Amino acid sequence: MSVLVFADSAEGKFKKSAFEVVSYGKKVAEQLGSNLITLTINANNNEELYTYGAEKVVAVSNDALTTFNAKKYASVIHQVAAAEGASIVILDSSIDTLYVAPLLSVALDAGYASNVVALPSATNPFTVKRKAFSNKGFSHTVISSDHKIIGVAKNSYGVFENPVAGTTVSFEATIADSGVTSEKVEKVTGKVTIADADTVVSAGRGLKGPENWGMIEELADVLGAATACSKPVSDLGWRPHGEHVGQTGKPVASNLYIAIGISGAIQHLAGINASKVKVVINTDPEAPFFKAADYGIVGDAFDVVPKLIEKLKAFKQA
Amino acid sequence: MKILVCISHVPDTTSKINFTENNTKFDTNGVQFVINPYDEFSLTRAMWFKEKQGATVTVVNVGNATTEPTLRKALAIGADDAIRVNMEALDGLSVAKQLAVIVKNGGYDLVLAGRESIDYNGGMVPGMLAALVDFNFVNGCVGMEVDGNSVKAIREIDGGNETLTTTLPLVIGGQKGIVEEKDLRIPNMRGIMMARKKPLNVVEPVDAMSATTIESFEKPAPKGAVKLIDADNVDELINLLHNEAKVI
Repeated sequence: MSVLVFADSAEGKFKKSAFEVVSYGKKVAEQLGSNLITLTINANNNEELYTYGAEKVVAVSNDALTTFNAKKYASVIHQVAAAEGASIVILDSSIDTLYVAPLLSVALDAGYASNVVALPSATNPFTVKRKAFSNKGFSHTVISSDHKIIGVAKNSYGVFENPVAGTTVSFEATIADSGVTSEKVEKVTGKVTIADADTVVSAGRGLKGPENWGMIEELADVLGAATACSKPVSDLGWRPHGEHVGQTGKPVASNLYIAIGISGAIQHLAGINASKVKVVINTDPEAPFFKAADYGIVGDAFDVVPKLIEKLKAFKQA
Repeated sequence: MKILVCISHVPDTTSKINFTENNTKFDTNGVQFVINPYDEFSLTRAMWFKEKQGATVTVVNVGNATTEPTLRKALAIGADDAIRVNMEALDGLSVAKQLAVIVKNGGYDLVLAGRESIDYNGGMVPGMLAALVDFNFVNGCVGMEVDGNSVKAIREIDGGNETLTTTLPLVIGGQKGIVEEKDLRIPNMRGIMMARKKPLNVVEPVDAMSATTIESFEKPAPKGAVKLIDADNVDELINLLHNEAKVI
């Protein structure tokens, strides 16, 4: 009846979501009166996880897993779940994990609940609250299979310290044949990604042209934020497709989302609604985004944003 | 090449989401249903393979008779035939098990689906289907080429893209990029007329238990009104973000 958490890392460093799923897994193990096992793959500092309650870390180190492969990762998680007798597997909601989870679900014959936003409200029957309808509703879902997989929605539970004296054991996993080979990875380096960012600064057609993005990037720099854009902006080729956030683009679940010159079409809101605090800067007081926002400034971005940058710089220095 | 495109029948993005029967059912009253946007990107890619590489395209949905207009729309866009598995879609695993039977019996080389549906957002059916029928699988696919049995596929990753090579048979979880928005097709009158004559086969489901059950729904708590700050007073915004919202 153990609880197994997969704590994901990139280039050896834990992602923020790793601490969130360990925090979550610790509480689930307590609810069940069970023990927590945390799996890591090619991570450097496993003891970092002890802070969040990871009492037993199972570390897999293997060069064949340096480049992510969904089938190989699913197989490793499956092997560790079997070896540890885990009946509940807890995962994050990164792009890679969403690729792995359905494969693991079939391997374990486990019911899988994705987009889970809270601790189980009951353990018998095992009931979790999930986001549905593109953030316009929630469902309370019962997982009835013996094995269960929970995908915790990003930034929905939070990171909680719960220090334990942990131990780390290594595990020799058999590497599965995968049928899919990575040829090339192209990544923006030295920039905060939308997935990892606590703050996202996003701009729309109100910016009038790609030449005006300097101030957006500067504002993002000051805040340590990722930059994003609305769909029309990426369709017009002003910004790369990878920056498009909204229903058919990337989902955003940051702590702070700043929308500049974006009217707030329902498709855009569906993609960013999971963000905790939303700030809107728009010249049009009737822009629908103001109804979805926490804080708003009715004003011209070309006037407000430079002032905001200047004041934020002063604030950061103070 | 035989292509199967999985089509989810979902409420249009602009729909108001309400629940009935003591919050246990989604209220379909006044709701316009459409082809799931993610599936539409994959369907459009399938049409490209049909026109350029001579593929045949079958569309499939697991659902009751109310989903047939959505399948007819896919036929009007250009799919050759349609299959409806006559069962209320209950959860990802049970839908994937139904689709697995269709895939095995139909001898498909390529299954194109959307990364997720915009109603339940589970994001699980394509991967589960691939695992059940032991096909290769690429999720979050934003570009693909097929040459004989070899496939080059590009998937989205955090902060960029990854190029993958794989082989048929294959399942794809597609999204915008596999074709561009401007390539999406609106059915024309001729397509709509032709779709009426195309085969839409209804098959009965196999026995497959669902592993999850939705007990009830809940709407998000109503949001408080926006706090408006004067454009000349950005200090106040910084103050609120720091002291009230505690996000900077």
